[in-house]
Amino acid sequence: MMDVKRRYVIPGDVIATGPLRPEQNVYQDGDRMISTCVGISEIFENSVKVIPLTGGYMPKANDLVIGKVIGTSPLSWEFDINSCFVGFLPAQDVFGRDYSPTKDELKQRLDIGDLVATRIANFDRSRDPLLTVQDRDLGKIDSGELVEISPSKVPRLIGKRGSMIQTIEMATKAIITIGQNGWIVISCEDSEGLLKAVEAVKMIDALAHTPNLTERVKSMLGVTDGENNDTIND
Amino acid sequence: MVKIMTQLMTEDGIRCDGRRLDELRNISIKVGVLKNADGSAYIEFGKNKILAGVFGPRDVHPKHMANQDSGILRCRYHMSPFSVTERKNPAPSRREIEISKVIKEALQPSVILKDYPRTVIDVFIEVLQADGGSRCAALDAASVALADAGIPMRDLVSACAAGKVADRIVLDVNNEEDQEGQADMPVALMPNVGKITLLQLDGMLKPEEFKTCMQTALVGCKRVYEIQRKALMEKYFQTGEQ
Repeated sequence: MMDVKRRYVIPGDVIATGPLRPEQNVYQDGDRMISTCVGISEIFENSVKVIPLTGGYMPKANDLVIGKVIGTSPLSWEFDINSCFVGFLPAQDVFGRDYSPTKDELKQRLDIGDLVATRIANFDRSRDPLLTVQDRDLGKIDSGELVEISPSKVPRLIGKRGSMIQTIEMATKAIITIGQNGWIVISCEDSEGLLKAVEAVKMIDALAHTPNLTERVKSMLGVTDGENNDTIND
Repeated sequence: MVKIMTQLMTEDGIRCDGRRLDELRNISIKVGVLKNADGSAYIEFGKNKILAGVFGPRDVHPKHMANQDSGILRCRYHMSPFSVTERKNPAPSRREIEISKVIKEALQPSVILKDYPRTVIDVFIEVLQADGGSRCAALDAASVALADAGIPMRDLVSACAAGKVADRIVLDVNNEEDQEGQADMPVALMPNVGKITLLQLDGMLKPEEFKTCMQTALVGCKRVYEIQRKALMEKYFQTGEQ
């Protein structure tokens, strides 16, 4: 992975020519690889991709997303997942197999406006995304602060192997749940830590494309440089 | 007729606003000017002042317009009542409906709608001040706004008009030249793909004149593209080119 070439691109820019595989946000025109969005292009050994800097959330199977209940039908909940598609959570997923619409009341478990950490079980272009809460750490979110950032900046918030998010969590003692759809729930017992964590997340959203972001976040949080330290400057 | 021509252009080819034959008006583009839109752009193209906002992809209403196989693109070009010297009725006129359609069709080849079935991308264009060639300027702004919204596109769309004024082919026809001149030809181009997505002609040109007019317009489109590119680079990468 050492020979990755990065470049700033806008739609229509030719990233490379030759026998390469177009991956996300790249399309092939003859042997030219063309960017389809504003972002940073990366050329690997045999593939090309563009990391977008703008744009909404496109659901993908297995993504963890934070959804907001916007409605119910007799057999399912409807979720706003910050995307152009509405997420569906079948009632059986929560009540179990013996769910009966006559006996069980959906709104007792999840009411309109509730925030829920869910995973996308299935999504293809013919149907709206199907959600599930059948996993560890999924389910209704009872407390915390919701922060919205651009979905294209979520990878930056997580950082390489979770380095960025670990830095914030350690410095502020907050627990951060990141939805791939750009909705983030931050909970922290200490109100000052909560404010700092919120500020850090918003800062990453604003400065996602700039280099040395980890350093800037560290200095903002008052973390002194060094391995694995969690001291806070007051 | 001779009198008008001398007004529109001096003998050594200087036009009524002081430009040379192949000179564009001043163009500046600002990206991301509307807070509530997913993508937006503001363009000043000479005295044209135009805002473009993009919303979506989002749910289609009315539902029957939705396409199961791909997204749809809707476009609204509107002139503010104060955009011209005489107050314009804010209701969409025949001309505005035509331009909305033409802009939609000029943008459609560049936008990759396949990835967003059952959704719509709305483009709203508001002309705050009009001064000839507003459809080209509107198209330039709309294309940048679409890129700002992060909608997948094959290429930007750059548009520029050329025309015939006082028997000579000129680039970027302004309002006076449009009114009094002999021909006005708006052209939109996807510069990297090399495809023309809009070609209209109001007036009459000889076949050879058409060819030069086309070449002139294409050169103009490429210059507009550089400005669009710079505007996007400034917004996203601040320093411009890496």
